[in-house]
Amino acid sequence: MEFRQHQLANGLTILAECNPDAYFGAYGIFVRAGSRDEQAEISGVSHFLEHMVFKGTPTRSAEQVNLELDELGSSSNARTGEESTIYHAAVLPEFQTALIELLADLMRPALRLEDFETEKKVIIEEIMMYQDQPPYGGHEQLMLEYFGGHPLGQSVLGTVESVGNLNPEQMRAYFAQRYSPGNMALIAAGKVDFKRLVDDAERLCGDWKSCPVQRPVSLANPQPGFATLHKPNSTLQYVLQLSPGPATEDEDRFAMRLLATILGDDGGSRIYWKMLDSGLAESAGIGSYEYLGAGLVMSYFCCEPKLAQENLALLNAILLEALQGVTAKELELAKQKIVAQILLASERTEARMFSVGGQWLNNQGFKTPAEIANQYRGVTLEEVNAVARKYPLGNCRTLSIGPRTDLVLG
Amino acid sequence: MTDRQAIFQHRFDNGLTLVAQSMPWLESAAFSFAMPAGCSRESAQQRGLANFCCEMVFRGGGDYDNRGLVEKLESLGCDYFSSTSVYHSFFGGAMPATGLLEALGVYADVLRRPQLPEDQFEDGRMTCLQEIHSLEDDLSSRVMLELRRRFYGDPLGRHAEGLIEHVNRITLDDIRGFYDACYQPQDAVIAVAGKLEWPRLLERIAGLFADWKGHSSPNSPATPPEHGVCHIPFSSHQTHIGIAWPSVPYNHPEYYLARGAVGVLSDGMSSRLFREVRDRRGLCYTVAANLHSLRTEGSVVCYCGTTSENAQQSLDVLVEQFQLLSQGITEEELQRLKVQIRSGLIMQQESCRARVGNLAGDILHLGHVRTLDEVSDRINGLTTTGINDWLRAHPPGPFDVVTLGEQPLELHDGIPTTSAR
Repeated sequence: MEFRQHQLANGLTILAECNPDAYFGAYGIFVRAGSRDEQAEISGVSHFLEHMVFKGTPTRSAEQVNLELDELGSSSNARTGEESTIYHAAVLPEFQTALIELLADLMRPALRLEDFETEKKVIIEEIMMYQDQPPYGGHEQLMLEYFGGHPLGQSVLGTVESVGNLNPEQMRAYFAQRYSPGNMALIAAGKVDFKRLVDDAERLCGDWKSCPVQRPVSLANPQPGFATLHKPNSTLQYVLQLSPGPATEDEDRFAMRLLATILGDDGGSRIYWKMLDSGLAESAGIGSYEYLGAGLVMSYFCCEPKLAQENLALLNAILLEALQGVTAKELELAKQKIVAQILLASERTEARMFSVGGQWLNNQGFKTPAEIANQYRGVTLEEVNAVARKYPLGNCRTLSIGPRTDLVLG
Repeated sequence: MTDRQAIFQHRFDNGLTLVAQSMPWLESAAFSFAMPAGCSRESAQQRGLANFCCEMVFRGGGDYDNRGLVEKLESLGCDYFSSTSVYHSFFGGAMPATGLLEALGVYADVLRRPQLPEDQFEDGRMTCLQEIHSLEDDLSSRVMLELRRRFYGDPLGRHAEGLIEHVNRITLDDIRGFYDACYQPQDAVIAVAGKLEWPRLLERIAGLFADWKGHSSPNSPATPPEHGVCHIPFSSHQTHIGIAWPSVPYNHPEYYLARGAVGVLSDGMSSRLFREVRDRRGLCYTVAANLHSLRTEGSVVCYCGTTSENAQQSLDVLVEQFQLLSQGITEEELQRLKVQIRSGLIMQQESCRARVGNLAGDILHLGHVRTLDEVSDRINGLTTTGINDWLRAHPPGPFDVVTLGEQPLELHDGIPTTSAR
């Protein structure tokens, strides 16, 4: 296993974790472009652009792109979040150069009007699909309400209206702002020929024009409170809560992830024993999520509506009790669990690619799975309990979704 | 294709099969116990019993109570699961390989000496009821479960969660009776993949399970399928469409011909359904078809989720594509599919979880493991002539359709429906 890195003159970063024993290579283009980089009037443009990238380039039609991806036998996809857009594919070693040629070309999309209008319909179908799935757009509503006017509260998908109103010129302008090579990285893991990767990137991406890219990171001003989204034909009641947690750049994030595991993992946690093992809730959990300059702890459960008030009281008791601290035994079990998860993920080539790319996105340098596991092992009971006091989880914003409109916080 | 496969198999005198693949380049291992305790074994008046029993079995065994069991598995770093399907209940996990043999011992306690604790019986019932309620909110699953129920009939078309009124009246004695009848070594399979030493694994499993006695139970009596078109009225943003037609099961000699045909329809972004329904027309976000296989029966099942105004056109385009398929596939389509399947097979080898699922599935469906080389050879051996001859003899249809949404949809004239056969 060898970590390699290179940067082109135009700023494009190339990082790879090369494993000669792997069966295949996983490759990704990571772009620091997400919903937090959008103005309200172009809400959803990052995600829409991710779709449009697959609709062709000046030299390839959409159909050719799809044909080539399949001809390479690639397992390919893309994802857009609040802070990033990631295009990724895994291929057998003999297809490395062909895949990089395709991916590099895709990063200069044609954005043809006809394709734009057809794909807009697909995006609207996607928005409608999520409207039919629990929690029925509740996550987006909660993020919007929690963050107030902060960019992190903006929906990744956008709305039917904002996406419906987008035009190719707005997308081109956004593309020009965010898809500058200095704001992008080519990431690889597995059976990678690194020299060839760099040579190919030089040949294919070396002429990409660079421009300064900015992402202002303003302070979040979380808005505690309680709201209800009435969904009369939902069978279950869904409750989501957000409270502040450590940000990406905050070293407390390791302790917070351990705390969230102790309190809210889907097996063996406090939530598990109080709400899931008893059958009071269908599902429940607590997780921590980090962004630049802001972090979140999200708690959720869903259950039969008649049990929702009882579960809400139980959840909030668990969140409040965290202030009293956790036990050494709980911490040890949480460490075992997280370290085992890191080991299992470390054997999957695509997971390694996402780990390397994720560290680049967050300006965290590069750490091996063993080094990351050691960071978790090194967290003390005092540090976990200090994090529990620093980020009081009961100080949250709540959204209740479902047939009931009468839930109260406590 | 691979020289790194080391697959071992042993059948004990009591009918239990152990199958394993050594993957020495990994530090992890995964395992799966398939017990012949699926929902097809429960009576038609006790729908949900198998799933409820699976829930109760995992609430402690041997000296481990409920909490002790979970803490033991977590201390071994085991990411565990249990689930119930038509024929079997599965108990499995993935973990650092160092604790594998110990974890298998824990599962011997759970599966052979479950406590079935009375004081947790109502908790277990609540858990099962919540699962049923949760299915109601999963609209795409609702459509596909109803399609499967109608297509296969009872008991093969069952879903494991069962019915609320039945789960409500199940007693602890019912659970004990089902456990005694179905948690038996005959037709049970233990699959293990990852970093392991076969002689030690075999010795360990023999020590834990070789003296287990008992015979598996028969399926519940069969009732006929309900074919045709069915609509579930529901106020939703999308109309959810499920379509099925008969095909062949995994153990059928013509399985890979059927697999090739469905692959052209739905594997990858250049597949016909993705291109025609989503890419060219923008009618949906999700569209997919795949082969579904039981032991003796198989089907092609297709799902599409689309807004109400696009739903009829989506169904029309889908059916048109199914019919066009019977006119044959092209050499280019087959070559693309071969590369995709071959890549998928190779990539699968890095995951002990993926391999353990395939090992168990192969034993349950075939009685032996198809090595990746064997599968690869069969895929490479496919020809357009072979697939097209098969498609002419077995054109897609007759179609069973289930829709959920604001308005029912129509299968247009000239389209055969199973209600007419």
